[in-house]
Amino acid sequence: MAVMSRALVTKDAVLEVKDLRVDFHTYAGDVKALNGVELTVKRGEILGLVGESGCGKSVTALSIVGLLPQNAEVVSGEILLEGRDLLRLTKEEMRLARLGEIAIVFQDPATYLNPVINIGAQITEILTSDRRRFQVELVSAGLKDFEGRVQGKPLSPALEKEGRRLRSITPSSRMRRGEVKRLAKLLALSYLRMVKLPDAARVFKMYPFELSGGMRQRAIIAMALARRPKLLLADEITTALDVTVQAQILRLLKELKEKIDASVVLITHDLAVVAELCDRAAVMYAGNIVEVAEVKELFANPLHPYTKGLLEAIPRPDSRSELKSIAGSVPDLLFPPTGCRFHPRCPFAFDRCPKVAPPLVEVSPGHLVACLLYGG
Amino acid sequence: MKGRDGDLLTVQDLHKWFPIKGGLLGKTVGQLRAVDGVSLSVMKGETLGVVGESGCGKTTLAKTILKLIKPTKGKIIFDGSDVTDLSGRKAMRLRRRMQIVFQDPYASLDPRQTVRSCLTEVMGVHGLVTSRRESEEAAENLIEKVGLNPDHLLRFPHEFSGGQRQRIAVARALVTNPDFLVLDEPTSSLDVSVQAQILNLLKSLQREFGLTYLFISHNLAVIRQVSHRTAVMYLGRMVEIAETEKIYSEPKHPYTSALVSAVPIPDPSRRTELAALEGDVPSPVNIPPGCRFNTRCPYATEKCRRETPPLVEIAPSHWIECHYDIDFPSMKRSDLERGLISGGERAPE
Ligand SMILES: Nc1ncnc2c1ncn2[C@@H]1O[C@H](COP(=O)(O)OP(=O)(O)OP(=O)(O)O)[C@@H](O)[C@H]1O
Ligand SMILES: Nc1ncnc2c1ncn2[C@@H]1O[C@H](COP(=O)(O)OP(=O)(O)OP(=O)(O)O)[C@@H](O)[C@H]1O
Ligand code: SF4
Ligand SMILES: [Mg+2]
Ligand SMILES: [Mg+2]
Repeated sequence: MAVMSRALVTKDAVLEVKDLRVDFHTYAGDVKALNGVELTVKRGEILGLVGESGCGKSVTALSIVGLLPQNAEVVSGEILLEGRDLLRLTKEEMRLARLGEIAIVFQDPATYLNPVINIGAQITEILTSDRRRFQVELVSAGLKDFEGRVQGKPLSPALEKEGRRLRSITPSSRMRRGEVKRLAKLLALSYLRMVKLPDAARVFKMYPFELSGGMRQRAIIAMALARRPKLLLADEITTALDVTVQAQILRLLKELKEKIDASVVLITHDLAVVAELCDRAAVMYAGNIVEVAEVKELFANPLHPYTKGLLEAIPRPDSRSELKSIAGSVPDLLFPPTGCRFHPRCPFAFDRCPKVAPPLVEVSPGHLVACLLYGG
Repeated sequence: MKGRDGDLLTVQDLHKWFPIKGGLLGKTVGQLRAVDGVSLSVMKGETLGVVGESGCGKTTLAKTILKLIKPTKGKIIFDGSDVTDLSGRKAMRLRRRMQIVFQDPYASLDPRQTVRSCLTEVMGVHGLVTSRRESEEAAENLIEKVGLNPDHLLRFPHEFSGGQRQRIAVARALVTNPDFLVLDEPTSSLDVSVQAQILNLLKSLQREFGLTYLFISHNLAVIRQVSHRTAVMYLGRMVEIAETEKIYSEPKHPYTSALVSAVPIPDPSRRTELAALEGDVPSPVNIPPGCRFNTRCPYATEKCRRETPPLVEIAPSHWIECHYDIDFPSMKRSDLERGLISGGERAPE
């Protein structure tokens, strides 16, 4: 019975993170970076993960893709991708998952792109790494290109042969290496076009250093999409960009949302970006998710004192009302506050707050909050 | 732009070009035009916001105004006198009256100095105090002004959070009792919840001591919060200057208009199509001829590619540098090109 209800709950969830605790061992002591993170990503949604610098957004993402640094220790928790616990995978299984199921895009494209290989070759490499997985797509890219070239013209014998060959390939048939390469190139080009890179054929041959920041970010998004991930983690991908270029990328993500069949976790410290783009949002503070809701609900009806404070502290480009600030500053996670980690800065803190760590509870359908004012 | 009564600072046609050396002999092979003809003025007690995207020359402008670097060309007039070529003792005296706070409080404070010695050192340099007691009292005074307490004076920078460090940087800028402060992205490295503390502090200091600010930021929302007037910078030039409210509600230059509508608004009930300009900012080494915005401007015409637009006052105190003075968002480029709305085109002054 218990198993059944579990299956029902997880049906529309791609990813579930449960009670994830991560420590970093440092000379100064243990940094308690994640303190029981609870997070669900639904199928097909864009979930915003917001919070200020150092609250644990990147560590959460790195835990999911299995790329935590050496000195990190997962103290407890589960990370379920369609029910399978990623923390229990072997290194090799995790590598395969990264190749096909979960992709991550970082703020700094340099960490992601190989500086000495041109953009096209980097995407082609992904597409040829696992031919079986990409075969159907490769062939359909080939057919599309073929039809474009033919365009109702009478076929030469060579063209006719090419068309017959393409149509005869099934997901299980074997392909020659040269053929795979040629199709991979066509498919790679189509991804570069999908992210609206101007002059995709030229970009294909360019090296990362020849691209501007915005172009590089597009190229990386193309690479991530090429893996056809179920889950795409985008960690501050527009933070380093100018607003006019950020607008290009955000608009692109909005359009891609319809085209790609993936769930996206958009990590940012900018609530405005979340307001603009996301379906739901999770607010993080000092290693905990403190509030989760649909974006409209979160902005209209914030419940957690931190979320409330944050919304009043952000300057708005459309108004000039006096800013309220949150007293104090973000805690040092070497010595995190006891109980609710927000209590030293919270204007509503009461006697239980330093003693009890509030669990994340659902206070109305789909609206979760971790604060003792709302029970727990 | 002419100087007005009540202006504390006037900058006229300021240029700062950096030579690009190349070849074996290190010859100058080109010029990077970081600041390329900026004119502006700041009134006593006001905040002029300067907004623009990365690399448009904001920091270079600030450093040139403060005489930390030498202008290639142009004039700087401070409190009625031309200070462009001041040097020695006179420059030192001027420096007391103009101070700067930089973006990164981590880099701008010496990690080996306590807060107190950081403050008293500046007093010593400018010969502002005669005794140790006096300097310590002054330091206590300052630290309270910026919302910290005297206990903090004996600590080192690394013992403070980012917001506290930025308060210390402000305190240090106030040591010489300046009347003009340049704030170069003073909150860009801070968390949002802390940013508001610093913005509020700066506003209250201005009210209390009648300070004049040049506030530089790439964040339009922050600029709107703090400035009375706003100047929009693109590739080394000011393309629009007006009262802040005007800039946001009725931007006239196509770049300002694009910039304002590219900023996401933190309100999900008002999702809009973010206006995205095509392409990237051109390099300041290779500035496009004609209007320098023409490569990205959705309304650019043949004339824009050919002729540099003049800076014109289209309404009282509202200046733009564009060939056209029309309501851009409702206009189509084809209309401009067909000359259908030539009424909007101005004769050059
Ligand atoms: N390798 C590491 N060693 C020690 N501590 C670390 C390490 N990596 C991260 N941390 C700590 O873990 C906490 C969470 O860091 P994380 O990078 O997830 O923050 P973030 O929310 O992504 O912040 P930002 O917005 O600045 O990217 C921080 O307190 C950070 O100092
Ligand atoms: N000392 C220097 N020598 C050569 N070029 C310089 C120097 N200082 C700045 N530049 C160049 O001048 C241009 C303007 O730089 P500046 O730092 O003023 O921009 P900014 O508007 O402050 O940008 P940001 O928002 O990134 O701080 C840039 O192209 C920069 O590379
Ligand atoms: S649990 Fe207490 S301290 Fe934490 S947010 Fe709620 S009221 Fe504030
Ligand atoms: Mg991060
Ligand atoms: Mg700068």
